[in-house]
This record gives sequence, C-alpha cells and structure tokens, in this order.
Amino acid sequence: MEIKRGIPVSPGVALGPAFVVETEGTHIPLRFIDKRHTTREIERLHASLQNAIGDAHANRDAISEKLGKQYGAIFAAHALLIEDPELVREIEQLITQKNYSAEYAVSRAMRRHAKALQALNQPIFSTRASDLFDIEKSILKHLVGQQGDPLQNLQSPVILLAHDLTPSQTANLDPRMVYAFATEAGGKASHTAIMAGVLEIPAVVGLGRILTDVSGGDEVIVDGNRGVVILNPDEETRERYLVLQRQFGTFNKRLDELRELPAETKDGTRVLLLANIEFPQEAPHCFDRGGDGIGLYRTEFLYLNRSRDPNEDEQYEAYMAVLRAIGPDKPVVIRTMDLGADKLFNQADIYLDEKNPCLGMRSVRLCLRNLSLFKTQLRAILRASRHGDVRIMFPMISTLMELRQCKMIVADVKEELEEERIDFNRKIPIGTMIEVPSAALMAEELAKEANFFSIGTNDLIQYTLAADRTNEHVAALYNAGDPAVLRLIDLVIRAASKHDAEVCVCGEMSGDPIYTILLLGLGLRQMSMTPQNLPEIKKIIRSITLEEAKQVAQEAMRFATARDVNNYLREQTRRILPEVVVN
Amino acid sequence: MQGESIRQTVSVTNPQGFHMRPMAAFVEAANRFPCEVVVMRSGMDPVNGKSILSLMGLVAVQGTELVIEARGPCASEAIRELVPIFERNFEEDE
Repeated sequence: MEIKRGIPVSPGVALGPAFVVETEGTHIPLRFIDKRHTTREIERLHASLQNAIGDAHANRDAISEKLGKQYGAIFAAHALLIEDPELVREIEQLITQKNYSAEYAVSRAMRRHAKALQALNQPIFSTRASDLFDIEKSILKHLVGQQGDPLQNLQSPVILLAHDLTPSQTANLDPRMVYAFATEAGGKASHTAIMAGVLEIPAVVGLGRILTDVSGGDEVIVDGNRGVVILNPDEETRERYLVLQRQFGTFNKRLDELRELPAETKDGTRVLLLANIEFPQEAPHCFDRGGDGIGLYRTEFLYLNRSRDPNEDEQYEAYMAVLRAIGPDKPVVIRTMDLGADKLFNQADIYLDEKNPCLGMRSVRLCLRNLSLFKTQLRAILRASRHGDVRIMFPMISTLMELRQCKMIVADVKEELEEERIDFNRKIPIGTMIEVPSAALMAEELAKEANFFSIGTNDLIQYTLAADRTNEHVAALYNAGDPAVLRLIDLVIRAASKHDAEVCVCGEMSGDPIYTILLLGLGLRQMSMTPQNLPEIKKIIRSITLEEAKQVAQEAMRFATARDVNNYLREQTRRILPEVVVN
Repeated sequence: MQGESIRQTVSVTNPQGFHMRPMAAFVEAANRFPCEVVVMRSGMDPVNGKSILSLMGLVAVQGTELVIEARGPCASEAIRELVPIFERNFEEDE
C-alpha cells in the first residue's frame, strides 16, 4: 500500500482498477496467460518489439532530416533500448515465470526501470525516465493495436491516472466509465479541475510523481475529499473506503432534498445561487441542483477545436439553447470570449510569440483588437437577449478605459441591429469581471459605469499573489484565504453596494464551503459556482443567521496569514454544519 | 570458441556525463563484436556493455572512472573500438 497526497479538486471517493493515460495507449489490466501459451506470448512480444524498433528508426530518419543528426540520434538510442538484451530478458521472464500477458510484462518492466532512473536524483539521468515511457508506449501500441482515443474506448470502469489531462480530455470523460481521476500536475483552479467538478468525477491533482509506482490494473483509491490517492490498499483501508463511499452518497442525497428550498439564511436574507456552465448541455444541471440561474456562461467552447471562428448564427443557437433550458425569467450571464491568441484560429502570428501569455494579449484585450470577432459575438448575444434575462459580461478588464471601449462597441452593435430592425433588449445589463487587482482597486470608478461585477477569484488570486495555479511548485501560494485577496474582495463588495451595482463571486472560491459564511458576512448576496456545489452551499446558507456570518467575516478579516484565515473558517464551517466536507 | 579477456580504464570527461548518445554509440560498437563486453564502476555490480539500460544505471557523471572489459573472440578489436569513444570526449561528429 502506498499513500500519496495531492490537491483535492472534486469531492467524492472512488475505488477501482488503475488506467494509466500518459503512457498506456490502451487499457493494460493485470492479465495472466495460460502456461501453455507462453511461447506464443513471447512471439507476440518479439513481433511488437521489431515493429517498435522500425518506428524508432523511421523517427530517427525523419527527425535527422528535419532537425539534424544529433536529434535523430535520440531515436537511434530508443531503438537500442527497445532491443536491450537485459530488458528483453526481464520481460520474457515475467511472461514465462509469472505468466503475465506481454502487455502487462512490458508495462511492469518499463515502470521498474523508469522508477529506478528517477530515484537516482541526477537530473541528466532521471529525465530519461520519460524516454522509457515513450518506448513503453511505442511497444504497447503494437501489442494492443491502436484504436482511436483510448479514453473513448474504455470497456469497463476505471480510475484514471495521468501526468496531466487537458481540459478537453477531461471534458470528454464519461463519468460512467471513469470513477475518478488523479494527476501528477495541476492545481486547484486549473480548467481540468473545474471540468472534474462539472462532471462530478472525484479528482485529486498535483500529486507529484505517481505514474512510476503504478501499473494498469492495480487497485487505486481516489479520495477527492481529502486529496489522497492510495495505491494497492490493504484490506482494512479498502473496507474503510467502501463505507466512506456509501456515506458520501447519502450526504449528497440529503442535499438533493434541498432543491426546492430557497437559499435563505435563518433570519431570512435571500442569496441568489447561480451556476457556472461551460457548455449549453450543462444548463439543466443548474435546476437539478436548485440554482437560481446562470451566473457565468463561459463561451470559449465555441472557439476551441475548430478550423474557423464561429459565425453569428452558431453562437446565437448556443445561447438560445441555454435560454430555452433556463426559461425567460432567470438570469443568464454570458461572458464574452476569454481566450489567449494561441487558442484562436485565424489570429495574427504577432501575438503568438508572447513571453508571458498570462500577462499578454488575451481575452477582452484580444477582442478589442479584433473587432469583427468581438462584434459577431455581441450581435449573437444581443439577438438572444430578446428571449430572456441575458446579461453581458466582459472578462479581464484591467482599466476603466477598457470598460468604456467595450461599452462603446456594444452601443455600435446595438445601433447596427436597430438599423437592421432586429429586436433585442435595449436595457441589457452590462457588467465586468473583477479578476485583475487593478480593477479591484478601481472598483468604485468601475461601479459607476457597470451594472454588475463578478469577482473572478481564480485569476484575481493568481494575479494578486503572482502564482500560477497550475504550477505545483508555487501552487501553495495560490490561496483564496489569503488576506490580500480577502481585502480586495471586501473592497469590491463595498464599492458595488455604494454605487448600487450588483456583485457576485464566480470563481472556485464561491463553491468552496469554507468561504461561504465569510462571503455572506462581507455582504455578498450572489454566488455563482459549479452546479455540483450548489446544494452544499445552500445548506450552509440555510444553517446560519446573517448576524453570525457578519461576526465570522469580521473575525476572519483580522488574520494576517492565509493559514490562520483558513483554519478559522474551517472551524466555523464545521461548527455550523458538522457533516460538510471541508478540505 | 576461446578468447582473451582485456580490460582498460577510461574516464568520463564530458560535462554531460556518459549520456544517452555516446551510450548508444558504445552499444552499437559493442554489438559489432562477438565477445562479451562488461563495464564496471567501483562499488557497483558489473553491467552488460551491450545493454544501454544497464549503462544508464551506472550514472557515470563527469569525472567517473569506468573499467571496460571484453571477454572472448575479438576482445582486443572491441577494446580498440570502444575506448576511443571515451577518448574523443563523446564528440558527436566523427
């Protein structure tokens, strides 16, 4: 049994066979072969080794020609590794003596060597482990035969283990086939983590080295509540988790009973609980979980993975799909495109060479440079606004001038629509994300010119603490409870209420139960989160009075470190609602 | 078949250590001879000089001394081929 600690990003507990994504082209379960078939298995092994060597040579030639001989030589070395006499002997022994299938034997032997290399703690040699993974993949490809995307071809439910998953890989996971996942890289607010929450798949990220310790088919537990991953659990641990798994299910069921009840404190203060969604298909989750509307409709999916930018009608349809699901009376906040230049098709290459894309040409900055792209989206949103309570929100606003420019462009588009006699809501509310510290500090001025704010805590934390949330080495700095972040949030809420602008928090923070009482106490009356978090947050709101929340907030604002803040809030949350899962 | 056994000591002078590309050159050269090739580093078990994986396990960083031993047919030819790889300081473009 081996216990690994990471960052919990999506709650729940699951237990099942490991499926290692990065290195295994296909699911490699522990499989034994009949003793009589070892010869055949070894023939299969050798055939695949020969093919893999052929691939390595082809790579060597192609890369030598493209990049030069010294790079091609790396693949020549790969070929030598594949036919390495010691390695081949070891794999053969695993087949003849342990009766492992060729696939499992290859995976087992390669893992052992990769782990040994990594354990050397010698930078030059340790990084060679990735070469071994590459080779493993290449051999397995021939043994198993490649059939499309392995994640789409799962035959039985698994626990997914990977170095990292891309957001689109995560988005395409089938929750019926993937009980849980765990990754070596990643942080609490990465898009992968957000997607896990959306799909309600328990997940732990930022585990550091783990893939070398596990082979496909090993039993794995993912504890998404505590951020723990257990490899090959002993019987006692296993039993304990089977019980936990059942309990978690019951607590969730009790939360479901809250669906029809309003999010209201014990003394009657109503809070608007909204859902963050990424795709139109998620809109129904909002009501399944008792939400009051859509607080953040991300529109990036419209632009991703395609060969041209989406046209106005396609966008209009995507917005209408949500409006139809939500109905005409509930708010739907549509955020305009929030992508970097690298993600867009048809973008001028001049933006692609940025040294620091997070601080570069992205999001609304890009829209303001690419008016036709921006106007197409605004036209589609305005057209949809006739059919419901649609609101426009701009991301990444860092100065008042940017907000003014955006509003001017909205006015232009409105005028165009008027001329074309196309109907839309002339009073459509216009708001801005507050996710750049400069915007938080200028909230008073922005509040005079915006109808609403939505505090995007993920970026606000990242920019305030100058820490990349997906970099596991600095991820600890990234903390919603940091007093610097709390002071900015406090400032924004005060500015908004002074100027009668509505204010909401739509980052992951609003879905994290330990911050609910604090945010309420600071004066927040709207929270937008992953639909899955809605019932739990509602439960906390219904368990407290506004007066209590104010006291907690006042006390929390006195602390000078994130640790003290979080400890205090955790304690208070447990006091209010003991069964809540707090990380 | 019967043959001699020859050893020679070499040292790793390249700042990258005995890394993947010279290892590949070494194994390729060793594979051209029928004799056994063994590489030794003091304090470690001797390893098969025709196994790149085993050579990696030696972690021969800059300054390491290694003993190359060839046993069997063509041993002296093999040594004459293998030792210069170290003497050339792993220069790539021979």
